[in-house]
Amino acid sequence: MEPDRELLLRLRSGDERAFVSLVKRYHEPMLRLAASFVPSHAVAEEVVQDTWLAVLRGLDGFEGRSSLKSWLFRILVNRARTTGTREHRSVPVADPEPAVDPARFEASGSWADPPEHWIEAAESRVEAGKLAGRIRAWLDELPARQREVVLLRDVEELSSEEVCAVLSISEGNQRVLLHRGRSRLRQLFEDEFREVR
Amino acid sequence: MRLRLLRREVVCQQAVELVTDYLEGALSRAARRRFEAHLAGCPHCTEYLAQMRETIRLTGRLGPEDLTPQMQDEFVELYRRWQSE
Repeated sequence: MEPDRELLLRLRSGDERAFVSLVKRYHEPMLRLAASFVPSHAVAEEVVQDTWLAVLRGLDGFEGRSSLKSWLFRILVNRARTTGTREHRSVPVADPEPAVDPARFEASGSWADPPEHWIEAAESRVEAGKLAGRIRAWLDELPARQREVVLLRDVEELSSEEVCAVLSISEGNQRVLLHRGRSRLRQLFEDEFREVR
Repeated sequence: MRLRLLRREVVCQQAVELVTDYLEGALSRAARRRFEAHLAGCPHCTEYLAQMRETIRLTGRLGPEDLTPQMQDEFVELYRRWQSE
């Protein structure tokens, strides 16, 4: 895949195909991220459309001090925030949410019901190309703030600094949300693939 | 919890909460040593850490879904509209 840097050069020289390549790469992830801020899919579509236009208009002013994708996501999140209402999402990060159901541990804190093996089973399903749809559905089930962090860190592979900047959250909150999101996903993998006993 | 961790051995239920801090390099040296000492004696938590790594790896393999040809046309349209602004 062509690096974003080269895509940016072509974009600036007015190459229409470079824009289409960029859209192919980021439209769907942007839509997914926008959806966690706004009430409906239709509104998310609008926000992303507006973002693309803002990106085109802002190209000349983009100084390249951040990566192209973190710039795109920052524009998107700013627009989504202005559009969406976040009242329903104001769950404090400090609420305890254990990574693993406490019922799976003895009173001493040791495993009573240890993690079941699933890595090999998941790998063979990946080979068959059948896992992506499930993982997307699981991501959609995560609480919005966890989903935002997991999408940016683990799917789009932004650095933790970039994620904090895009979402305007602290390093500590980012890590808590990432931890909860990843822990939930791990549990979903286990539920899906645990070997039949 | 942190204070208690300073004095005591890590138990499994604490270890699973430390995994992300461990992978992110956010544990102090002492806490990392205690975490690793626990893993060395605990196959279940070792498995758990491997599963968290696998979760991250598999999530990272999701590529973007394809745009429909119709959507591609719409974006070409958007681009041309912008150029003529």
